[in-house]
Amino acid sequence: MSQENEKPIAKEVAQANSEMPITIQYLSFVLGKEEYGVDILRVQEIRSWEPVSRVPNVPLYEKGVVNLRGAIVPIIDLRERFALSKVEYTPLTVVVVLQTGSGSHTRIMGVVVDSVSDVISVDKSEIQGAPDFGTKVSNEFINGLVSVNERMVMLLDVDKLLTLDTMELIES
Amino acid sequence: MSIDMSQFHQVFFEECFEGLEAMESGLLSLDIGDIDSEVINTIFRAAHSIKGGSGTFGFTVVAEYTHIMETLLDEMRDGRRQVTKPAVDVLLGSVDCLREMLTSIQNEEDVNMESAAQHQAALEMELNGKTGGGEHAAAPVVHAAPFVVPVEEPEEEEEIDEEQGWKISFCPYLSLLKTGNDPVRLFRELSVLGKLTSNVNIQDVPPFAELDPEECNISWELTLVSDATEAAVREIFSWVEEDCALELAPLAKPKKVKKPKPAPSPAPVVEAAPAVVAETAPVVAPKKAAPTESDPSKNAPKASSSIRVDTDKIDTLINMVGEVVITQSMLGLIGENFTMDKVGQLKRGLAQLERHTRDLQQSVMNIRMLPISFVFSRFPRLVHDISTQLHKKITLKLVGENTEVDKAVVELINDPLVHLIRNSLDHGIEMPADRVAAGKPEMGTIELKAYHRGGHIVIEIVDDGRGMDKAKLLAKAIEKGLVEESTIMTDKQILELIFMPGFSTAEKLTDISGRGVGMDVVRRNIQSLGGNIDIISELGKGSTIAIHLPLTLAILDGQSVAVGDETYIVPLVSIIESINITEKMLNKVAGKGETFKLRNEYLPIIRMREIFNVKSGNATKSNEGVIVVVEGQGALCGFLVDELLGQQQVVIKSLEANYRRVEGVSGATILGDGSVALILDVPGLVRLSVR
Repeated sequence: MSQENEKPIAKEVAQANSEMPITIQYLSFVLGKEEYGVDILRVQEIRSWEPVSRVPNVPLYEKGVVNLRGAIVPIIDLRERFALSKVEYTPLTVVVVLQTGSGSHTRIMGVVVDSVSDVISVDKSEIQGAPDFGTKVSNEFINGLVSVNERMVMLLDVDKLLTLDTMELIES
Repeated sequence: MSIDMSQFHQVFFEECFEGLEAMESGLLSLDIGDIDSEVINTIFRAAHSIKGGSGTFGFTVVAEYTHIMETLLDEMRDGRRQVTKPAVDVLLGSVDCLREMLTSIQNEEDVNMESAAQHQAALEMELNGKTGGGEHAAAPVVHAAPFVVPVEEPEEEEEIDEEQGWKISFCPYLSLLKTGNDPVRLFRELSVLGKLTSNVNIQDVPPFAELDPEECNISWELTLVSDATEAAVREIFSWVEEDCALELAPLAKPKKVKKPKPAPSPAPVVEAAPAVVAETAPVVAPKKAAPTESDPSKNAPKASSSIRVDTDKIDTLINMVGEVVITQSMLGLIGENFTMDKVGQLKRGLAQLERHTRDLQQSVMNIRMLPISFVFSRFPRLVHDISTQLHKKITLKLVGENTEVDKAVVELINDPLVHLIRNSLDHGIEMPADRVAAGKPEMGTIELKAYHRGGHIVIEIVDDGRGMDKAKLLAKAIEKGLVEESTIMTDKQILELIFMPGFSTAEKLTDISGRGVGMDVVRRNIQSLGGNIDIISELGKGSTIAIHLPLTLAILDGQSVAVGDETYIVPLVSIIESINITEKMLNKVAGKGETFKLRNEYLPIIRMREIFNVKSGNATKSNEGVIVVVEGQGALCGFLVDELLGQQQVVIKSLEANYRRVEGVSGATILGDGSVALILDVPGLVRLSVR
């Protein structure tokens, strides 16, 4: 599997071109009692929560920006994003720094989650489509569902999740 | 060809455009009555190198076209043709046409042959209509000799009207080049003796695949018109005598020697291949070498008229500098809380670090600096064209063209300036008759000035035209419903009206200006560069438009202010002054907003806490805090903040790179403690507060 980490692009290409069963690795994290997963290749790093600089007049779930080694990176609270109950940030609160977009248009953003739980390998064929929950739950960010050790993990579409413009529309 | 020429294309185009600019400015500076031969030479050289280059790269359309221009210029250069205004205008037109052609080629579009043909016809007419050199003066394209070494072109096109001379048959052996001899150099020496014409025989050149660049497969038939003796000619060939077959024969009778023209459209391979052989140099060499070598007595072209540095590299460098600045401010912070005896020393060291950082910063910044003449240089042409079109007499004075500004400013300031100059030409300067009637010199003057002031560059456009009629402006604004009739406005505010969208006082539309679009765009562009624009105008005397721009867009002098627990940076540029607030300074206006009295003016207050929804920190009472008086959108207003923190240089970081645009914020920066502070966008905040 280490090869995959070294050559993410090659892997994606292979994924598109072959019918072979392919396992994808996801980083799973917890929000309240729910478990979510993001494609591990999109994860740049995992940091602990640190105070952010608030940005005025933006939706509340956009907590602000931090200095990530010289780059200004926005931090988004996924709990608030998914309209879950708020919790106090503790030193154990985790920020997962994700990369979106491709080519020269990559952006990085941090998402605040309760805790990171596991790296899971999922066979592509095991991924089920997300059922329509109606408008209340933002299932448009959910790529699919997968069951790991009897737990349900919701797989998130990072690109859709971090497109802030659409987020704004949903908010209003 | 096995060498990928496309990698040189970008350089070629840049050189061409530079050449065209040189031609243009040369043509404009030509004084019809008193021709400076050096100027003509400059124009000729530019045309020549464009021709050589385009030939090398196989852009035969361009080469062909330039060739005709060159012929015309050549005759002017030799004094065989009078330089007339129509001729200059035709040449100017062809400069435009060439530029169009090159742009199309650069964008890989089809060249607009129609307009090219038109210009070509005009050129040919000019060329044939008034031939200066007698009955055999150049018909544009007569003979297409196989190929002529570019270096020789100027000389080859001379006409022979003397008797004396030599016919030289020069057939080098294959090994000639290996002995280190270069035929081109021989020819150059020969051309010193007299007029040299060459005819190349390339029938022995093998197919390209079999070509050995170290072998000389070409032979030449040279015609030298000169009174030099045979010995003198042989002397030149003395070094190569053993490596060639040389035959000398005197020119028998007076005759018109055929003027071998460089082939206008030989197959590119034929043209390029001998060039390789003849010069045993990289393929691009002929293009470079031609202009300088054809005229060794002239000054070499300016060593570097432009810088070509990869912008990405520069940006990386600037980021690094940014890091240094950040480190320095971090150190500064540590130093403040350092209590041992070495504090003094540490502080001295820090001061040094700071100084060095600044030096480094400055030198790096300088890479990005370009003289404003990059922008200014195109205006003489613009003024020339438009004043002719409008039948006005206008001179353009350029002052401070060497003032250096950031590259980004250079790139973005052009359009606004064009617009402003057009406005001055069209609306500012009156018709000659009106000027005389008003007791002004017939010739109007537009002055374009650039100079540094403080950390700013100021660009001024000064005209001595009719100025702006404030009463008319106001009437028009009321008529258009842009302002209420009852509004009392200061002179300055009235002049500011012209920046409103859809505002125009021109009686009739022209294709030059008057549609009322533009000035608002001009102002927006300048503001997006972090600058501002001012107008001073006096009816009947003229107008001055001053643009203030920051020197660089990467680092900014800022004042940090505290609002609640949050820190914001106000660009120092926009701050007029800061004052402590007192209760009696504040006035409510119809419950809608607040104003305060600053000396004799009532200025609106923007409460940062409210506009940014700051909830943290102790809520200050309404009558506590500091008012930072700033200028934005041409008007003064006061930002009410909790506290002033300090001034510092900050590195501007984009908020949009990973995030998005936020209203009222122009960017972000990293403070000494590593936290992020937002940089306020003053005009944006003023807009935000109005809503």
